[in-house]
Amino acid sequence: MMKPRLAVHKFTSCDGCQLAILNMGEELLTLADLVDIVHFAEAGPVEPEAQVDIAIVEGSVSTPDELERIKRVRENSNCLITIGACATTGGIQALRNHQDSSQWVSDIYPQAQFIQSLNTSTAIREHVRVDFELWGCPVNSRQVKAMLRSLLFGVSPIDEKSSLCLECKRQQNPCVVVTKQEPCMGPLTRTGCGALCPHFGKACFACYGPSETVNSHSLVKRYQGFGVSKEDMIRRFNHIQNNAAAYKESVINIARNFDE
Amino acid sequence: MDLYYLPRSGFSQLIDVLRNHAETIMVPKAQDGAMVFSELDPGEEIEAGWQEVQDAGRYSLEKTESPRWFKWATGPQALKPIVYPPREALWRVEKQGITFESVPESVPATAIIGVRACDLAALSLLDKHFLGSQFPDTAYKSRRDSLFIVAVDCARSAATCFCVSTGDGPSATQGFDIALSELEDGFVLRSGSARGESLLKGFSRANERQITLSEKQVDQAISMQTRQLPAQDLRSLINKSLESDAWEAIAARCLSCGNCTSVCPTCFCHSESALAELDGSSSTQYREWDSCFTQSHSYIHGIVIRSETATRYRQWFTHKLANWHEQYGRSGCVGCGRCISWCPVGIDITQEVATLNGN
Amino acid sequence: MVTNPQSPYLPKTVEVVERIQETQTVFTLRLRFIDEGFSEQYRFQPGQFNMLYLYGVGEIPISIVSDPDGLPFIDHAIRVVGRVTKGMAKLKKGDRLGLRGPYGQGWPMDLARDKNLLVITGGLGCAPVVSAINYVIERRADFNKLTIMQGVKLPSDLVWRSRYEQWSQIPDTEIYLAADEGAANWPWHVGRVTELFDRMSLAPDTVAMLCGPEGMMRVCIKELVQRTIKEEFIFLSMERNMQCAVGSCGHCQFGPYFVCKDGPVFCYAKVKQLLAIKGV
Repeated sequence: MMKPRLAVHKFTSCDGCQLAILNMGEELLTLADLVDIVHFAEAGPVEPEAQVDIAIVEGSVSTPDELERIKRVRENSNCLITIGACATTGGIQALRNHQDSSQWVSDIYPQAQFIQSLNTSTAIREHVRVDFELWGCPVNSRQVKAMLRSLLFGVSPIDEKSSLCLECKRQQNPCVVVTKQEPCMGPLTRTGCGALCPHFGKACFACYGPSETVNSHSLVKRYQGFGVSKEDMIRRFNHIQNNAAAYKESVINIARNFDE
Repeated sequence: MDLYYLPRSGFSQLIDVLRNHAETIMVPKAQDGAMVFSELDPGEEIEAGWQEVQDAGRYSLEKTESPRWFKWATGPQALKPIVYPPREALWRVEKQGITFESVPESVPATAIIGVRACDLAALSLLDKHFLGSQFPDTAYKSRRDSLFIVAVDCARSAATCFCVSTGDGPSATQGFDIALSELEDGFVLRSGSARGESLLKGFSRANERQITLSEKQVDQAISMQTRQLPAQDLRSLINKSLESDAWEAIAARCLSCGNCTSVCPTCFCHSESALAELDGSSSTQYREWDSCFTQSHSYIHGIVIRSETATRYRQWFTHKLANWHEQYGRSGCVGCGRCISWCPVGIDITQEVATLNGN
Repeated sequence: MVTNPQSPYLPKTVEVVERIQETQTVFTLRLRFIDEGFSEQYRFQPGQFNMLYLYGVGEIPISIVSDPDGLPFIDHAIRVVGRVTKGMAKLKKGDRLGLRGPYGQGWPMDLARDKNLLVITGGLGCAPVVSAINYVIERRADFNKLTIMQGVKLPSDLVWRSRYEQWSQIPDTEIYLAADEGAANWPWHVGRVTELFDRMSLAPDTVAMLCGPEGMMRVCIKELVQRTIKEEFIFLSMERNMQCAVGSCGHCQFGPYFVCKDGPVFCYAKVKQLLAIKGV
């Protein structure tokens, strides 16, 4: 039987999510037995225009070239999976969507005319059909393996979208909100990271994006009681997953209702 | 009942006899800002003086000068994760021939010191759930049978405690091998099982003064409780309120995060999932704590039965306070107050019952 | 130190004896245990279900549709809706999967004996009642009149069309079908399934068995009660998320009941109040 063909495409990103594949260790060899990795520039093989069964896309669309390239990736693949915050919501760089980013470019680069950049950074889903999205910043090997294993079994991967709190409590971490009055984003953040930050006593900063139920009004009110300022509260939503719909809406609501 | 006395300085004698029965001894320790049960290393002593301040959405530990080891009332967890771990393997399957096999688990005989009356009431409810059915849960049973329980009567209640109103505390009445009442200078001990009695036989008897002091402490813990559930069975109140507006009002505050169900010592919901090796050669079936506050909890073929927080909170509340009666012969709430303290936004079940009751 | 004895959750290996494509989205898997010794012990009642495990993917509850006398073969009708069923759709003859069961309370076939039986199904989920229909047809003389009603959205949603045609040939058996929208090859009623009640005569000692969407069951039960069918004679098969099938995982709760062990078949008199409230 022919092995499924796999490509890993990079768009605007830090490459950190690709490490979830590269850092699989010995299991990377297992993966190479299971699939033909035909394009994965960071690992070696380069064949960006190859027809594949599975295309894994990291990064957001933020340049004119990427606008075109994502269409070809879609045409060339049976199944397109996005990995990470950039590909799934636009990433931290989507903060530019609310600003005049051409001004930033000319402020930073001495010869701005060589920089080809869109005014926005957007999720892959806003440009082409996406079969599955793996959330996280960065995603981890456990998620990538579970996703690939499901695809190899011929079934859709599992969308892990319940609140981080459940995983945090399964690890029996005493809650940082309750014990330290720290404004943890866990109750509004989807699971998947293994409750990494709360496990080390740190408040979650929502790098995995919105959970299935986001009641930011109630949580923000609570954190207001801890003395968290409006600006600080907005920053916690306007962060890595700033372009996720539920967080964007939360920011609007905080701006409107915080002082009431 | 025979009551014995052990001075604090002689407590190691009890530890020594427990070591003859148990491979592991678990004691309360202050960790990450909360009292948790953790293994007692040889030569290690239980730390004195810790007590906690609890309120809706708050838990903070403070170290006092007191020589007492059990001044604190409750931690975020007690027996539930020991008998019913947050995640466990159920069985394994090999791809070759699709053959299934149990996952053997070695369960060490464990003595746990410092279990509260509310935790014992919760354990007996978990026993009914996991062992009382036509298909007893063998993994739960192994862990349950390996437990030797040393309970302690509460001398103090946290502001979130309401076990008096549920009839489950503050002193231990059932489900323990040995129960302690902690005084400043030592412990009044009593047995609750034949093996507990055999361990205590050699200790000296408690005197009148010690017994009176221990009784007074329980009265003190009772008088400290400010929260309560109504004494009557709440079934009729809840069942006639299923379509009340109250659920929407709670949903405006509720995060649907599942913290309450995770810390509740009687919540038993769990989900199952398959974790296959990447090469596809074998797969292990796991179960892990789930919550009625997730979408997937009520998912059937494309429909989420409880898609709104209001119906999810109603499910939790109705199950805990009404349906448990039908399922296990009593309310599922033991008055430990954990769901109040550990709710990130401080939703208070006793207050919500009062609201529903028109108060 | 003690070691766990065998888990009650451990499935047994079964083999696909036959795979039948019923409609575009429904297929039947005929299964048989690999362990013949176990196969001989296995018994079930119409209306009960098994947990089927697809290797590496997951376990789901599936109703048994075949006859208890059809053992050692056990038929499961499966609709492709979710992750596991989508994977199961790819199984072929000779493939293996896991099975544990049977679980739950089945249809009250003893109560229905020597009485009229009305079977009502709606939507696409008619598998649980098919077992009851098959049971009656195999033992036709034990039951009085058999009436089968089914409502579908589109004519193409009707599963087992040919079987309905066969069933309508069986003595003392009436078939009433309705589709919300008509089509050229649809000789039956176009409209709501409840409109069919006016066309039939229901004897008071009729036992009714229903399955399908809760809304549809609610309206049909209302009609039945108006037509003086006793609440104690109305039975329905409920659906909830099930992961353990033994009343442990908590997902299938329906009020105080665990659908997996107290159901899936419930007497209407028992669940009347619960059925009226959304989101229970």
